[in-house]
Amino acid sequence: METSNDGYIPVLIQLIVAGGFVAGTLWITHILGPNRKSAKKLETFECGIEPQGNARLPFSIKYFLTAILFVLFDVEVIFFYPWATNFREFGTQGFVSMGIFVSLFLLGFLYLRKKQAFKWE
Amino acid sequence: MKEATIFGEDQATGNDKVYNTLNLGPTHPSTHGIFQNVLKLDGEIIVDAEPTIGYIHRAFEKIAEKRPYYQVTPLTDRMNYCSAPINNIGWHMTVEKLLQVEMPKKVDYMRVIIMELARIADHLVCNTVLGVDSGALTGFTYMFQERERIYDMYEEVCGARLTTNIGRIGGFERDFNKDFRKKLETFLKEFPARFEEFDRLLTRNRIFMDRVIGVGKISAERALEYSFAGPNLRAAGVDYDVRVMTPYSSYQDFDFVIPVGTDGDTFDRYMVRQNEIRESLKIIKAAYEGMPEGNHYADCPEFYLPKKQEVYTTIEALIWHFKIIMGEVDLPKGEVYHSVEGANGELGFYLISDGGRQPYRLHFRRPCFIYYQAYPELIRGQMLSDAIMTMSSMNVIAGELDA
Amino acid sequence: MDFLYLIDKSVIVVVIFLISLLIAMYSTYAERKVAAFMQDRVGPNRAGPFGILQPLADGGKFFFKEEIIPSAANKFLFILGPGLAMFTSLMTSVVIPWGGTLNIAGRDIPLQVADLNIGVLYVFGVVSLGVYGIMIGGWASNNKYGLLGAIRASSQMISYELGMGLSLISLVMVSGTLSLGEIVEQQQGFNWYVFKQPLAFFIFMVCAFAECNRTPFDLPECEAELVGGYHTEYSSMKLGFYMFAEYVNMFVSSAFMASLFFGGYQFPFIDSLGLSQNVTVLLGTLIFFLKIFAFIFFFMWVRWTLPRFRYDQLMRLGWQVMLPLALLNIFLTGGVLLWIDN
Repeated sequence: METSNDGYIPVLIQLIVAGGFVAGTLWITHILGPNRKSAKKLETFECGIEPQGNARLPFSIKYFLTAILFVLFDVEVIFFYPWATNFREFGTQGFVSMGIFVSLFLLGFLYLRKKQAFKWE
Repeated sequence: MKEATIFGEDQATGNDKVYNTLNLGPTHPSTHGIFQNVLKLDGEIIVDAEPTIGYIHRAFEKIAEKRPYYQVTPLTDRMNYCSAPINNIGWHMTVEKLLQVEMPKKVDYMRVIIMELARIADHLVCNTVLGVDSGALTGFTYMFQERERIYDMYEEVCGARLTTNIGRIGGFERDFNKDFRKKLETFLKEFPARFEEFDRLLTRNRIFMDRVIGVGKISAERALEYSFAGPNLRAAGVDYDVRVMTPYSSYQDFDFVIPVGTDGDTFDRYMVRQNEIRESLKIIKAAYEGMPEGNHYADCPEFYLPKKQEVYTTIEALIWHFKIIMGEVDLPKGEVYHSVEGANGELGFYLISDGGRQPYRLHFRRPCFIYYQAYPELIRGQMLSDAIMTMSSMNVIAGELDA
Repeated sequence: MDFLYLIDKSVIVVVIFLISLLIAMYSTYAERKVAAFMQDRVGPNRAGPFGILQPLADGGKFFFKEEIIPSAANKFLFILGPGLAMFTSLMTSVVIPWGGTLNIAGRDIPLQVADLNIGVLYVFGVVSLGVYGIMIGGWASNNKYGLLGAIRASSQMISYELGMGLSLISLVMVSGTLSLGEIVEQQQGFNWYVFKQPLAFFIFMVCAFAECNRTPFDLPECEAELVGGYHTEYSSMKLGFYMFAEYVNMFVSSAFMASLFFGGYQFPFIDSLGLSQNVTVLLGTLIFFLKIFAFIFFFMWVRWTLPRFRYDQLMRLGWQVMLPLALLNIFLTGGVLLWIDN
């Protein structure tokens, strides 16, 4: 396994190439495309009728809940990775300790299920 | 329905909960045609819906009052344009009823064939588009090839495809020609296998079933109260079919089953239509095989154009020809109601004649108009995706909705 | 680190970049041809023989279309959204091992941009940035369909990312490394991980479909409900970027599935052919691309066969089926590994 950060130099190159491509293409399109604007053309699409107010209305808390749940679980998933990489070295003891961790994880999952956090209807 | 909500003006009515207002239509991919639904959403759940009509209102009933009878037929084309022949023939039969003309059996059978072909075409559109709205495009292209073949057959009979203006008052212009017969025979032979292929592709698909079962339910009682008819009513479990209840055009001669659903949900509507296609095929086969000999027109000089040969040689025929073309035929005074089993429900024609050359008053009983009224009730409390599936499965066609 | 190293890497980056763009471009063509084939149609056939120039024509068109930024939209974010989506999808390909090590003029050149020791984590990091591209774009449009599509997309993508992350843990337990290069090396011969971890592969594939917003998970842009979803308001190259990002994502996730579970550039009897090292490497790369194309074809096949889920069904599948399944798989893997070791 690499130990130095040299491995990230190519990532940097890719970053520059990808970023350059995206910015360049957008810029070229901006130059090349025609520019004939009118108030009607720049209106927001609302199925052919006058736009009704601001679209940025408050939306359902359920989506927000999904995001929170994701953050909760994703942080736990991250903990799995170092453990999984060294699973064989940890042996049975590692398996048991992870079992306890996963049970906590599952407990939270079951609690959320009971609280009907997974009901999207 | 609660207090009408207009375009999200009342973001918070009653309680202090704020809802999202979303327009489905007038130009939206899910509204096959032009009509508008203003949905009040809580997340993805529909709290309320307000259907709006009139975007393509063309005042057909009023226009009909200014037109000679035979010129009303093209107007009917433009109502349910997916099955225009049924509308045309329904109108012809209404006028024939007023005139009290008896049709030869042959005309009846020819009409049955054309109408059942139209029913198949219409149901194919409805069911495949239900698939499209749920994201499965492939079945749609398969079945549109078959619909194309039906349109080819219309073309052989009347020369037109979509707005057919098929037949005329008093029969058909000409007998079914050789090409039509050939096309019909190949269609009858090849269609069932292809149709079953589509059926296998979509019907038992788990995702599709999850999308449609229990969606847009209506009970038989409510459906009757709304005066639903056609496949949408039969899906709710009521075996009402105009072809059987008040047979017209010799439908009593044919043996067919009326498919009936149980729940009145989208899946039932879909299944009823699928099975009606199979029944229609049976009817077409029976009618084609049992086609009696005879004339393809009735004795109806007021409306059925005389032969060209006679027009050139006899004065009576010339006069009739002139009178018919100029729309100078007076109809008897009277009031008739005639209804046919349209592809998406009972299509009624209520005609009042004051003895003149034009209808005094004509009203179309348009099934779509009735279904659309029930739409908010069907989708309330369901999800946004369900609203699209429900709309699709009810087969609301804007042309018929607005007339 | 020397100058030559930088040159090597730059060349590889640019070549792979161009190849992935080319493949993404031709995926659009393939998509249309495959769709046509499945639907008894002809598909594009006007631009060049068999319509082979169609993607170029489409790409050119994107350049010459008018850019429309709705007056109600937030201008900066409106441009940032598609840019970010495209950018992140291009960044993921860094860690994919495209082939073994070439030997040119006595120098070893591995056909991989960067064999990061946390390759798998890097991918998840970049992929989760992709959500921002869609969310920002949908929100900045100030359009109700756009916003709804964006919210759907983000809750879908983050939900399935979880399943994706968990599904790979069992694979990592077996392989003992997070480096993609090493994972591929371990699958020498016919030692593919799909045989050891079929459940993980299944979960990963389903989640990859969801991450790419492909049918049956294409709710964010489902035309019938949300007009165009998060890209309703987009036009010109910005729309092109969203479309393109989807295809690049599809290509990259196919490459991941091929390298994680199907041996990447490894193929059976690779050594018994008796070819020189460079030829073997290039042959391996070719095989790798064939595997990728097979997956891309599978993506398309599914798209033109299945309907799409409803929002709640999709979320239920993600949270209540995929997540517990992945956890179960971890336990099973752990148990079996311990049993073998003892």
